[in-house]
Amino acid sequence: MTFHLENARLGHPGQVVFASLSLTIADGEKVALLGPSGAGKSTLLAALRQQQEASCAWCPQAGDLVPMLSVFHNLYMGALPRNPTLTNLRNLIWPSAREKSSVGELARELGLQDKLFTSVDQLSGGQAQRVALGRALYTQRPILLADEPVSSLDEHQGLALLRQALGRHHTAVVALHDRELALQCCDRIIGLGDGKILLDAPASTLSLGDLDTLYQ
Amino acid sequence: MSPGEHGQASGARYPVINTTASRWRRASFWLAVAGLIALAFADLEIARSSPGSELLRMGQGFLAPDFFSTDNLWRALANTLAFAWQGTALAALFGFLMAMVWHQRWVRSFAASIRAVHELFWGLLLLQVAGLSTVTGVLAIAIPYAGIFAKVFGEFLEEADAAPASALPASGQRLSVFFYARLPLVWQAFKAYGGYRLECAIRASAILGFIGLPTLGFHLETAFREGSYDQGAALLYLFFAIIFTLRWWLRPALIPVYLLAAIAWAPPLFTGRLDTLVRFVTVDLVPMPLRQGGGLTELWQWFAMLWQQQLWPGLWQTLVLGLGALLLTGLLSLLLFPLISPLFGNRVSRTAGHGLLVVMRTTPEFFLAFFFLILLGPSMLPGILALALHTGAIVAHLTGRFSESLTLRADAPTGLKRYAWEVLPRVTPNLLAFLLYRWEVIMRETAVLGILGIHTLGFYIDSSVAEFRFDRTLLLILATVMLNLAVDALSRGLRKRLRLKPGLGL
Repeated sequence: MTFHLENARLGHPGQVVFASLSLTIADGEKVALLGPSGAGKSTLLAALRQQQEASCAWCPQAGDLVPMLSVFHNLYMGALPRNPTLTNLRNLIWPSAREKSSVGELARELGLQDKLFTSVDQLSGGQAQRVALGRALYTQRPILLADEPVSSLDEHQGLALLRQALGRHHTAVVALHDRELALQCCDRIIGLGDGKILLDAPASTLSLGDLDTLYQ
Repeated sequence: MSPGEHGQASGARYPVINTTASRWRRASFWLAVAGLIALAFADLEIARSSPGSELLRMGQGFLAPDFFSTDNLWRALANTLAFAWQGTALAALFGFLMAMVWHQRWVRSFAASIRAVHELFWGLLLLQVAGLSTVTGVLAIAIPYAGIFAKVFGEFLEEADAAPASALPASGQRLSVFFYARLPLVWQAFKAYGGYRLECAIRASAILGFIGLPTLGFHLETAFREGSYDQGAALLYLFFAIIFTLRWWLRPALIPVYLLAAIAWAPPLFTGRLDTLVRFVTVDLVPMPLRQGGGLTELWQWFAMLWQQQLWPGLWQTLVLGLGALLLTGLLSLLLFPLISPLFGNRVSRTAGHGLLVVMRTTPEFFLAFFFLILLGPSMLPGILALALHTGAIVAHLTGRFSESLTLRADAPTGLKRYAWEVLPRVTPNLLAFLLYRWEVIMRETAVLGILGIHTLGFYIDSSVAEFRFDRTLLLILATVMLNLAVDALSRGLRKRLRLKPGLGL
């Protein structure tokens, strides 16, 4: 089993979001977290990340990219933990041909090949979001934890990119607001609200109508 | 620090580079090249044979300060404060008046030209007219500071919200509108800036002792020159104590008390003769060939001679020292800002970092240069070190404070990786802006270091005063003004081109 919480108390300093949360996510599951904003999706993701810090690729909601650096550099930053500092400094100043080709390949898959050496502050919101998800992909770790990774993309692009991202990770937990996307891509849906889990079922047993109740 | 052309390196396979960071990288690269060229030309010799033993003796003095042997220590302290208070008050008053008519072009030019001349140079000129008196000390501070106050107050007023004033019914009451709808918006900022200027004025007042006025600097110079480091240390500790406790003793309600005490202690009475002033302006400052009835040819020859012997060497040395110091300042800021940044280190390391930076930026660069001159002997090295340590600490402090506003993501790397990838790109625009803002100050101070014997423009200014050739003094001071204005324009142009945000707190 990959993640396990039992009667966990989660929240921020001075504010409890989940008083007592129990949850198990097994190896190989693709989980969608649904629920109205403020339900605690980001809080839960942060707690999961703490459990398996070294195996998680992380894609936070705000993206938190370095805006003045290029798409190349922001994607490469996924590789910072696995490379020695000297290599990292070298690639910051003068990217190696090898990194340029492997990061360039990823940029092509993300549809950002023309922007490889453009800084993120000059990209549109959707392009920047693809960079953020790309960084998580380039981290090359078995578990993906992503918070609304495709919210600024159009339906088709979002679907294709999320499928691609999920395909590259053995296990994934993704917070989404698009219920249809969740049913299409994930095999387990967890609905959050009122500080607890309101729904936890295989995606194949659920319909859009079942999910509507979460938001009422 | 490379211009970063890796996009084109392997043919057309990769798109061209179009990043915000590469613009800054290119600018820093060329500034660094200019600095390196300057350092290659600079005289960096350590002229003293045993700087280590001298440093040891100095260190012993600082460990065992002697607060009782300098008879005039408390008198010097009182003079320092009295000049600073009167100078700041006078400057604030006139600066305020100029700020009220800041839209007038001539007011702005006038303010710019009086603040382009350093306090010490004003002091050297005023000494000839008013002698070693309170008037000299007060005006040397008040004249340039009035120009600075005018600019800062004027810009505060310009940037303040104009809506309250325009919401008032139209009437001829412009003064009433000013006091009701414009001044209240900026009053807090005025007060805060006034406090900061007072601190600067105390530093300036202390330094005026180096040209003979009876302030802390006079006794400090004597003590250190004679090797009485224990006495010098006591003076310096006293100076630090005044500055560090400023925020406790500087209370708005007490300002009138301090001001009255300052005037009572050192009444600003002009004891010189009026005809001395008239003679100084109408005869002494007039170029020698004209004074002797010569024409334009003689004037040109005089100028050409001065250009070759003093102006050009002085300008060149000032530029070389200033650029070298700018490079070292930049490097030091890059090294020092993580010391106080919450993104690095722990509570203990940050407290130590704050302590180090506070001491470095409180000690005037002029004092630092003086200490290094004693330790290392005469060359450009003391000047470069002094300017870089003082300014580097200021820029590092501002950059470190700015980094407090950054939030990094949960999986951000640590250590050197964090510094290079997450933090440096984000703080670079601010660091560059702070550095370019400070460039003008560095150049101003570089010229003044000449008074200590480093061969920048100030050296020739000081010599011309000693030779009573005030026509040369005036010309050389004008050269420093031109240099300052040119550097200021260059720095402003660079900031504009790089679209750097204006840094606050400068």
